[in-house]
Amino acid sequence: MISVSLRGLLGRKLRAALTGIAIVLGVAMISGTYILTDTIDRAFTTLFTESYAGTDAVVTGRGLDISIDGESPPNPPVDASLLDTVRGVEGVALATGTVLDERNTKILTAEGKAVSSEGAPTFGFGIDTAPELDQFNPLNVLEGRWPASADEVVIDVGTADDQGYSVGDMVEISTLQPKRSFELVGVAQYGSLDSLGNASFAVFTIPAAQELLDRQGQYDAISVAANEGIAEDELVAAIEPVLPDTAKVVSATAEAEDQVDEVNEFTAIFRYFLLVFAGIALFVGAFVIFNTFSITVAQRTREFATLRTIGASRRQILGSVILESLVIGFAASLIGLGLGVLLAEGIEGLFRALGVELPTADRVFAMRTVIVALVVGVGITLAAGLFPAIRATRVPPIAAVREGATLPKSRFAPFVPWVAGIAVLVALVVLARAMFTDELGTADRLLSIAAGVLLLFLGIAMLSSHVVRPLAAVSSPIGRWAAFAFAVLFWPLWLLPYWLMRYGAWGPGSAARRVGAFVGGALLNPLVALVVLVMWLRRAVTSWVPEWPAEFPGVVPDRVAARTGGENACRNPSRTAATAAALMIGIALVAFIATLTNGMKVSNREAIEEQIAADYVVTSLDGYTPFVAAAGDALAASAVPELVTSVRSDGGLVDGNSAEIGGIEPDAIAEAYVFDWREGDESLLATLGTTKAVVSSNYAEDHDVAIGDEVTIRSTADRTAKVTVVGTFEPPPFYPLLESVNVSRELFDSLYDRPRNRWTWANVAGEPDDGDRARMEQAIAGFPDTQLETREEWIEREDADFNQFISFLYVMLTLAVFVSIFGMINTLVLSVYERTREIGMLRAIGMTRRQVRRMIRQESIITALIGAAVGLPLGIFLAALVNRALAEYDIRFAIPWVQLVVLTIVAIVIGILAAIMPARRAARLDPLRAIAYE
Amino acid sequence: MNGNGDGPVVVAADVARRYGQGETAVDALRGVSVEIERARLTAVMGPSGSGKSTLMHILAGLDKPTSGTVAVAGTEITTLGDNELTKLRRRHIGFVFQFFNLLPMLNARENITLPLTISGEKPEDGWVDKIVGDVGLSDRLSHRPSELSGGQQQRVAIARALVSKPTVLFADEPTGNLDSTTGNEILELLRRSVDDYGQTMVMVTHDARAAAMAHRVLFLADGQIVRELGECNAHRILEVLEEIAA
Ligand SMILES: Nc1ncnc2c1ncn2[C@@H]1O[C@H](COP(=O)(O)OP(=O)(O)OP(=O)(O)O)[C@@H](O)[C@H]1O
Ligand SMILES: [Mg+2]
Repeated sequence: MISVSLRGLLGRKLRAALTGIAIVLGVAMISGTYILTDTIDRAFTTLFTESYAGTDAVVTGRGLDISIDGESPPNPPVDASLLDTVRGVEGVALATGTVLDERNTKILTAEGKAVSSEGAPTFGFGIDTAPELDQFNPLNVLEGRWPASADEVVIDVGTADDQGYSVGDMVEISTLQPKRSFELVGVAQYGSLDSLGNASFAVFTIPAAQELLDRQGQYDAISVAANEGIAEDELVAAIEPVLPDTAKVVSATAEAEDQVDEVNEFTAIFRYFLLVFAGIALFVGAFVIFNTFSITVAQRTREFATLRTIGASRRQILGSVILESLVIGFAASLIGLGLGVLLAEGIEGLFRALGVELPTADRVFAMRTVIVALVVGVGITLAAGLFPAIRATRVPPIAAVREGATLPKSRFAPFVPWVAGIAVLVALVVLARAMFTDELGTADRLLSIAAGVLLLFLGIAMLSSHVVRPLAAVSSPIGRWAAFAFAVLFWPLWLLPYWLMRYGAWGPGSAARRVGAFVGGALLNPLVALVVLVMWLRRAVTSWVPEWPAEFPGVVPDRVAARTGGENACRNPSRTAATAAALMIGIALVAFIATLTNGMKVSNREAIEEQIAADYVVTSLDGYTPFVAAAGDALAASAVPELVTSVRSDGGLVDGNSAEIGGIEPDAIAEAYVFDWREGDESLLATLGTTKAVVSSNYAEDHDVAIGDEVTIRSTADRTAKVTVVGTFEPPPFYPLLESVNVSRELFDSLYDRPRNRWTWANVAGEPDDGDRARMEQAIAGFPDTQLETREEWIEREDADFNQFISFLYVMLTLAVFVSIFGMINTLVLSVYERTREIGMLRAIGMTRRQVRRMIRQESIITALIGAAVGLPLGIFLAALVNRALAEYDIRFAIPWVQLVVLTIVAIVIGILAAIMPARRAARLDPLRAIAYE
Repeated sequence: MNGNGDGPVVVAADVARRYGQGETAVDALRGVSVEIERARLTAVMGPSGSGKSTLMHILAGLDKPTSGTVAVAGTEITTLGDNELTKLRRRHIGFVFQFFNLLPMLNARENITLPLTISGEKPEDGWVDKIVGDVGLSDRLSHRPSELSGGQQQRVAIARALVSKPTVLFADEPTGNLDSTTGNEILELLRRSVDDYGQTMVMVTHDARAAAMAHRVLFLADGQIVRELGECNAHRILEVLEEIAA
């Protein structure tokens, strides 16, 4: 029996392959994701374990327990004299001090701008490179030597390669001091890692690093190695007593684990993010598989009945259909698993295109990847094939003798609309609960949303078979005219050259005419020449003969073909609905993202325009990491701007809670920033001094702070100040530009050692002009990590950054759309197969090949348009729902009409593309054979 | 042979079958009682729409009567569940269809042994080869149905029905889709299997010469058995048919 069902599968190779693709892509995404994130994990794990290989314990400053959005500031440095103290501890064999700064060291390009790190760390090291201390050094010099004097530097090989720097070159580097030129004396890599992603590093001598990074007489870390036979823990216990309160010691293992955990947490998020898209693709794939199996089972009714009459039990029928899905699922998962390797490269390339370098190491292909990919791939195929398999068992033996026997209606058929209705209701309740109640944790909330959306899609898909007819009626003329429009558009560029070249290759007539036709066609569109070349090769190699005469390409719409195609689309509404549903999911998600993000862009612009009165803004190159405060001062020193004001920013503790603290200039801020006061007014700013603060109304509410309350601010440098809250303001929740707790810049600078600006705003007298701008840019030219933009440019760059992210989401969703295209092709192929006789009959009574093709194409376009007609409103509805759920951020709701129209056109194109292959198959059917076909 | 005792292999008592309900209901069978004897070829004749196929389906357990009882090899089948019916089909019933109903992806040999494959039985040594030889397919075994003529396909179907040595074999117009020469060969083959293997067989036919090869001919009209003949010639059968039609 097993061999029987396998033989059946072999007999339906094309269909099996098309079904399998539905799973292949999703599984490839899963395996690609795991391969990629495992590789990143491995890279960092190796990095950290390697870098602590010769170290047993690490002494650092004791930082505050601050965590903002899950990130903690680095530990503060310790006094350099501590190194000798530690060296004196019993059991210590060796110790060395290191300077390490994560973000202030920017290597410059030859043009003098900072190499963009897209938010990744830009390390500055001061390392004692004495040979006896080599065991502590995580870096390996690949070429050249370590720096020996203050004007020498070693940089990472990745940056050196990218920027074309080689040993002996002079390289400009900006640090907390103005940029300076260093001689590149070597290139190094971190451990054995080829690339650190976007991160870069520069290694100086210790005294140089201390000076450049503002750490005179300090180390960021002291690495310690124990004497032979002393365990890490013993070493830690021995060092602890000699340390001041401001320092701490941890074992190297613990430190490495800490850092590994931190990275793993990040890659886990990244992994889940990518897996979501794999999930979507698989969900769509499940629809395709369900549909394909349903159709094939229906088409095999007679076969199953015959098997029943010769003694097959229901269980055997069930088993044989399940076995088929098992084989398809397994084969597809295996292929997907392999394809994942390529996809991992693809995703990496995609990120690179977005400017994000991922750290590289040898690809990690974990057993877990294999297991998850196979289990999920096979599991989904089985689950999607189960219902059709059960229906196959309902085929009664008597169907073997009934002409044109069809699958009996499912016993549950009458309940389907009810079930679907209930599913939609439940989905809405689940979604509402997930979005509008507070009691759920983030994980629960995300899971509920996922489950709700899944259920909603399922319910809508089940219901949509009832609207197939009206939607088809509406889509039919749209499809016809769209097909006409496309035909006209492609006539000179595709259809005509194709015909000309075919004529040239196989047509009758004189050699001159044929050559002329061929050359003319090739001139019109050389690309088509490739297609004809392939045909020519195929003719040469196989027995295939290209058909001639080929119909001269025409564009006049054909009512008969279009109408028949439209009728075909309605013939089996549930089949059309299920096919459209697969596409509907992709379209709904794209529409969802387009609508939601369109609102966000509008809100972003409004938020900036509402708050900022300044003509110019200075930010760091990436637009969000704070930059050296001196840059703001340099601009202020310039004579061009009428007014310059900077906003400092750093993390700290306010009454023991983590918070972002801002430092504003009381006398100037109001000229550039428009406060929306809730309590108090602008006159307060002048009174801030070093004892008062203004806070955002959100902060005041969340932390129960009222006017007149005193709060204690503790900075990362561990200095504290008590301030009285004198005013509250209400920034637009979508994009507040000021921090939640703002003190005067004077107080801020006394709290932090290396203050940094989040913004520097400038106003010029009169209208901004290019001359002013050039001179201001000149003023900050010494700070290569900064950029000056007008307010409009700033808004547009933020939009552009955002657009990039949205495009990334779209690209990831394409996977799901691809799956649905294969679903459409599959359904069409099966329908053509099912209607072989009918098409033969139509051909016999005079339908031309072109009409047959158009008929199939029209059916396909209508199916795609139904997908769009259901998907677009659904996506908009979901966006509205999420918009309501995010009410606290006050996001505008703005329907992106243009994008939705584009999306509809994309759907039509998808319909046309999906029809190509099935339409050709249908048109090739020989009328006589088709009729004789049993 | 399967089935025990010497009594009739199939016993139908007062079988009625009604299709549809209410106004449009059709009574395809109205009280048919019949016994099919062992190792004999029973032919069923009658005008189109007289209920021949319906009777066959009910006797073979493919369909259930609206009322009445049917016993095959001593087992009452009208009340059997699906699993018992499946077992009964494996052991006791063979069916030859007008449209052959072969599985297109299997070759002739695989089609023939399919019932054994399904029931998981090992064929007796030489049995399959003997059948294949008897139906004259020895040199066509590796061909797919699409590569065989109609007559060859029906031979495969007959071999498939015989391979599990069913207690009774039903054939509904087995020659209905074949030309008369090929049809005659098939009829010979069927008759030979009755004579050589003692196969019990019920065959529906419109062809008087075919019916003349039977041991016994039942005449159906309007859902009832109206006449019955023993062995007789085609001429006599045609006479009876005309009588009935009149
Ligand atoms: N599935 C069905 N639903 C409704 N009526 C049916 C069905 N099958 C058969 N009938 C009716 O029952 C009656 C007997 O049909 P049956 O197929 O048994 O006739 P038959 O004697 O085999 O005819 P033929 O010689 O044409 O094959 C006919 O009137 C037919 O219309
Ligand atoms: Mg009949």
